[in-house]
Formats: sequence, C-alpha cells, structure tokens
Amino acid sequence: MGLLSTLKSIFGGGESPGAKKETESAKASAGPEKKPQTDMKEVSSVSNKITAGHVHMSGCTGCLVAVADNYGGLLTLLDKYVDWVYDLTLADVRHIPKMDVALVEGSVCINDKLSVQEIKETREKAAIVVAVGGCACYGNITRFSRGGQQNQPGHEAFLPIGDLINVDVYIPGCAPTPQLIRNVCVMAYLLLKGNDEQKKLAEAYLKPLMALPKQGTEACFCDLMTKVIDQGLCMGCGSCASACPVRAITHEYGKPQGQRDLCIKCGACYNQCPRSWFSFDVVSNYETILGAIRGALQ
Amino acid sequence: MGTELGNYKAVCSARSTDKDILKRAQDGGIVTQLFTFALEEGFIDGAIVSGPGEEPWRPRPFVAMCKEDLLKARGTKYNLSPNVSFIKEATRSFGLDKIGIVGTPCQMQAIRKGQLYPMGLRDVDDKIALAIGIFCMENFSYQSIVQLVEDHAGQKMESVKKMEIGKGKFWIYTDRGAVVQLPLKVTHKYEQPGCHVCLDYVANLADISTGSVGSPDGWSTVFARSTSGQTLWDKAVAAGCFEMKPIEQVKPGLELVSKLANEKINKNRKTLEERASFGVGKGLRSPYI
Repeated sequence: MGLLSTLKSIFGGGESPGAKKETESAKASAGPEKKPQTDMKEVSSVSNKITAGHVHMSGCTGCLVAVADNYGGLLTLLDKYVDWVYDLTLADVRHIPKMDVALVEGSVCINDKLSVQEIKETREKAAIVVAVGGCACYGNITRFSRGGQQNQPGHEAFLPIGDLINVDVYIPGCAPTPQLIRNVCVMAYLLLKGNDEQKKLAEAYLKPLMALPKQGTEACFCDLMTKVIDQGLCMGCGSCASACPVRAITHEYGKPQGQRDLCIKCGACYNQCPRSWFSFDVVSNYETILGAIRGALQ
Repeated sequence: MGTELGNYKAVCSARSTDKDILKRAQDGGIVTQLFTFALEEGFIDGAIVSGPGEEPWRPRPFVAMCKEDLLKARGTKYNLSPNVSFIKEATRSFGLDKIGIVGTPCQMQAIRKGQLYPMGLRDVDDKIALAIGIFCMENFSYQSIVQLVEDHAGQKMESVKKMEIGKGKFWIYTDRGAVVQLPLKVTHKYEQPGCHVCLDYVANLADISTGSVGSPDGWSTVFARSTSGQTLWDKAVAAGCFEMKPIEQVKPGLELVSKLANEKINKNRKTLEERASFGVGKGLRSPYI
C-alpha cells in the first residue's frame, strides 16, 4: 500500500478523474488525513524542469519518431516537465551539452571516431543515460550489419551502447513504444524533482528497467527458451507473440514458437513476458499509476 | 482473510438471466453474459475469448464481435489459450478501440505489465476496456488433457460435453451421458509446471474476476475490482443481466475461496523457495522482483 499513498500526492490528483476517485477510496481506508490540498501546492513548487536530450547513434530515427508519437502528451511533457536541450533533428545545438537525462537511440559504429567520442561524451555529460530502443540496448537489426553500404562501406562493426559505457536504463523494443518512453520520462522527472514519496515510486517503477543493463547487451527470441521455458516458468499467456514487431512468434499447443531467422534481436518478447521480471509492488497499482501518468500529460 | 483475495470493491454470487447463455455455461455464465452486455452497450468493441480450435477441446484465441461468437466460446477448456497474443492484433486487424479480454490470473498480470511496461504493445495501454479474470488453481497443456480424458477416463475427446474441476475431483461428462471422475491425485502430474510459481488464485488484477468456487452449483462468485469493472457490473445488474445473492448468504461462501487461495499461494511460495536452492549451490530463476 506504500505506493498507493505515494500516488495520492502525485500531480495533485486534480487532473485525472480516475486518479482522484482512487485517491478518495484510498483515503477512506487509510484514515482521516487530508493530503491532496497540500499536494496542489507541491506541484507548483516542483515545477522546475529536468533537462533531456536525444543522442542519435546508428539508428533509423524510429525511436525519435516514437518519442514524437506521444503527440499532445509530448507537448505537455515539454511544457511542464522537460527542457529538450539536445537533438540533432529538432534542436539547433551542435555539441552534447550537460543534461539530466540522455535518451540514446541506435548502436555505436566503432569504425566511426565521432560516434565513439560522442557516446563517451554522453556518459560524461548526462546524469542518467537511457538506451532507447533495441539498437541501443541490444544491437537489434544493426547486429546483422556486414558493412559495404554507401557512403561509408567501411562502417561495418556496431555495438550496443552498453558495450562501451555504463547505461542506467533500458527501453527495449523496435520501435520502443511511445507509451514506455513517456512513462520513463515522467518517472525520471519524479526521480529528479519529486518529493521523497514520489522518488520512491519512481525508483520502484524504474527498478526493473535499471536492472536490465546489468543483465547484458544481448537479446534474442532464444531468451524465452533459455530463461523462461527451460526454467519451467512459461505458462503460455501469449505476451511474447503480441510484443514481437516482426511476427516471428506463434504459439504451438500454448507455448511460444519462434522463427529465429526472422528475429531481429530487439528484446521486446523477453521483456514483455510476465515471467521474465514482474514487480507486484508496481503492477498491482496499475490503475492509479496509469491514471496519474495520463493525468499529468493531459 | 488477508491479501489472498486481492483488492475488490464488491463481491457477490450471481448467474446470468439469459437461458441461451446458461444452457452450456460452465457455471453462472458470467463471462459470456458480461461480454454480451458490454458489446451491446458499446463498452467494448470486441472481446478476445477462447474459441473452438482445430481439435476437440483445443481452444484458440479469437476476437468475438457479437453474441453468436461469444456463445461459441462458452465453457472452460482446462488447457492453454494464449489470449494475450491477440491483444495488439485486436487493435490493428480488428480495429478495436475498446478491447474485452478474458484470461487466467497470469494473463491478467501479463496485461497489466503490458500496460505499465509496454515493450512491443504500442498504443494498447489505453484500449483495454474490460479484462475479465477467471479463478485458476493451475492449467494443463492440450496433450495433458488428451491423456486425462482418453487414457485415464477412457473417453473420446470429441464425445466430451463438459469438463469441470470441483469437489476435489476432475469431472468429465460425455454427450451420451457418461460421467467420469478422476481424483486430483491423478491430474497433479499433468499440471503445467509454469503454474507452480503463480501467486494469484482469483485474478487480483482483473477488472472483474469470477469462478465457481464459493457459490452453489450453477452460480459463480464475482469480484468487481477496478473502478471501470465496478461501473460495468452495476450497469449490467441494473439492466437485469444477472440474478444476484449476497455472498454471505450462500454456501460454501467466501471462506472456501480464501482457503483455496491460501492453499495455492502457500504451496507455490514453497515451490519458489525450493527453486531458489534447486541445484548444488545453484538455484532456478524467480521472475518476481
């Protein structure tokens, strides 16, 4: 119930009718405290923004498009919570500035000096480095590169950013979903600018995504075989097939079957699986957390 | 009673008032009736249910868009139907903006994880309108069910009219009137191994969850859990979709639900502990963090 009371104080509760109702019912069971009023003030006092930017390594810009696909939500995000300080596509800034959160798209071409220099610089300048999308996390489609392409045929070796620098958060998937990027941005804001309770919620939400970099830089459908099915954990829910962007996964007699030649190594299936990692603490409060995030971005 | 029944706003014993639905319903016809009502009222555009597959009693997920579709999916099949695998497709090929989905407790967990941490489920999180969970002690693979029905019970799969787990036994009813009961001692080894780490019996994360346990024959126990689940339930009741009895007035009542939930959770907690020291200085993975 710790998280639930945390959520009562987020964003004042005034913006989302869903979140407000939850607040009231939680209040009824939690006792006579009258929190929302004081929290309304809290919102204005924590309104100083965090700084974030988009670092473009070897990726297809699909991740940046996914950021933009939050539509109005992105505008609210930029309006209230985030200053977008660096982005080759959207901001007129040449060099990587100091920032709170760097969203890195793409893997690093180690044959390209500038790329290597920039990923190192990103680590120096950013407090939190987020690998956005399959390429930055796991190499994804760039794992299949053999070079020979115009206009840099010599650019043939690509590595996920975690092979060159320490990464704080993974957002897997190809493309990553606009909603997960949104959720991570909101939680990063709470982590850096929120009160103690809000920080606690953000930590709990981000914890599994922060654990992923420690598990390595390789992903494949095979993860489902080696870490879920072989470990006796698969129960045939169907999440993996739904998450796969290339429809490489079907279910045969209730268990996932992958066409491994189709797999692009994005990490979506394994990380979507409820038996890869699952936090009761966070997921049990889905109604309130989602209500609060949506409310914040209205 | 502690946390074993999850959070809920209301609980009761109920059954559908629709004779067509009750005719081949597992118990009170709750899921079919709720989806029918939700479709008619525009609360959902379609529902992912476990419909008939290629072999007898082998379900496959399919998207029901009308009552006739839903009627085809009535009843419990006791083997795997990866309904969540359709959750993105339902918003694409089927164009659903408001999805209904039925599933086991683990599938409700999958859906909620998918809403909070959507890895590949782009634009799905706000389209889950009604997730109905069914009570579940464990599930079986299709091959296990075949072995139970054909080898242990000596019946043809295609002759089976209904399967049921209740009163400590696995029951098989055939079209020609045969009733075979297998003690659960026999069925245990056919259970899906992945079910033995599950810590949820009554689908705590569903909008509405239901199952036979706790209610008299032909009735189901129903929990309204989320705000939207409660709203829909109240509307369906007001529209005369259900006969209702207060749970306190039925036998065996909520106590049995609690008892079985605790049994499952405690047994599986033990399994998780055993897994942690499964080998010599090595354990098996736990998904829970």
